[in-house]
Amino acid sequence: MRQKLEYLKEIPSQTAGPYVHIGLAPGAAGFEIYDQELGWDIAGPNARGERIRVEGVVTDGTGSPVKDVLLEAWQANADGIYAHPEHTGEVEDGFRGWGRVITDFETGEWGFDTVKPGPVMGRGGQMMAPHINLWIVARGINVGLNTRIYFEDEAASNAADPVLNVIEWERRRATLIARRELRDGLAVYRFDIRLQGEDETVFFDI
Amino acid sequence: MTKPPQPGEFYQRDRRWHPPALSQDYKTSVTRSPQFPLISLENTASEITGPVFGHNDINATDNDLLSNFAQPGQSPIGERIIVHGRVLDENARPVPNTLVEIWQANASGRYRHKKDTYLGALDPNFGGCGRTLTDENGCYHFRTVKPGAYPWRNWVNDWRPAHIHVSVFGSGFAQRLITQLYFEGDPLIARCPIVNTIPDLEAVEMLVARLDLNATIPLDTIAYRFDIVLRGRRSTLFENRLEGN
Ligand SMILES: [Fe+3]
Repeated sequence: MRQKLEYLKEIPSQTAGPYVHIGLAPGAAGFEIYDQELGWDIAGPNARGERIRVEGVVTDGTGSPVKDVLLEAWQANADGIYAHPEHTGEVEDGFRGWGRVITDFETGEWGFDTVKPGPVMGRGGQMMAPHINLWIVARGINVGLNTRIYFEDEAASNAADPVLNVIEWERRRATLIARRELRDGLAVYRFDIRLQGEDETVFFDI
Repeated sequence: MTKPPQPGEFYQRDRRWHPPALSQDYKTSVTRSPQFPLISLENTASEITGPVFGHNDINATDNDLLSNFAQPGQSPIGERIIVHGRVLDENARPVPNTLVEIWQANASGRYRHKKDTYLGALDPNFGGCGRTLTDENGCYHFRTVKPGAYPWRNWVNDWRPAHIHVSVFGSGFAQRLITQLYFEGDPLIARCPIVNTIPDLEAVEMLVARLDLNATIPLDTIAYRFDIVLRGRRSTLFENRLEGN
């Protein structure tokens, strides 16, 4: 007999189902229960950097909007620092860098306000282009999907980004680039997510 | 300046242990499952870090579903239960101070959600959600009622086993997980197309809470034990440190 390795196994994932809002955004489910819902303010009042809005819709394999999805965003501040004890550096008071949004039940549109993150130090001292990490759950999604939002106006750093460059299929890299437009002076980035189909968004196993 | 060794990267997620994205018998997954393979990433700061929550973010009573939506002096209808356990990682180390959120149907299988139109009655004293932070040993507990089974549109006569939806963070965004807790002895578990998206029966068993008579409050509340295991981390110094040297 050999010795045994005593590792536990990660608990398996299950779909968040259609009523994920009850647990994670009860206001959207139609009732108030908590003194504060978490995740509606990503950057806080003191964040440096450019205030931006990110919007999009998630579509399924038939091209229909997915109306019961919940997305979580995780990002660094404008200096490329995550609000986490293991990341070297300070963030502004009130900056959490995390948020969650749900889609409109009628249209499937989602959107959140934040600040544009700065470039983040990656592996081996290689800089990563500014990006927001996204995690997507919904009915019909058995394991939450991870992807990244990159920014159209960061062409040079995107071209050098070590993660984008891991994607062998160059055409698919474009699915991670949010399009920038100005709306009443505010930078609004459009990031549509396709779960399936020809322009399927790149999802990561992180 | 020397820094203390940082915990390292997360162990790779075992994608054969988790349900595949596409499971024909869970019909909604057919059009919502990516068809290209996932792109495997080595961990960077973006994956190793994750949001931190504290006691200012929640109320101490948010974990008590018996009272957090009830009228003063009243309680929800149904079997009163305690759900408790620990959040651990794959190295069997406790995950302290991490946010656990749950949501569920009431005792008649009805959700308090504007999109739920099931015949089961709403309970005026039951909201159906709770949240808590694990303590320094990774322990958590909730008080609630046992949820009822409910029908859903998949095949025409599918019923979900009694279940509680569970969301956990861990210490890094790569550990983020949502799953469902089932109850020991429920004959609907084996028949459920959502449970059966999980290929391995041993993995399914990890989602079945055990009756825990030792944790009951006699003459008051019965108890179930549910331990949550998140991805483990290498303990060696991260070769390419987060700050990049
Ligand atoms: Fe459910």
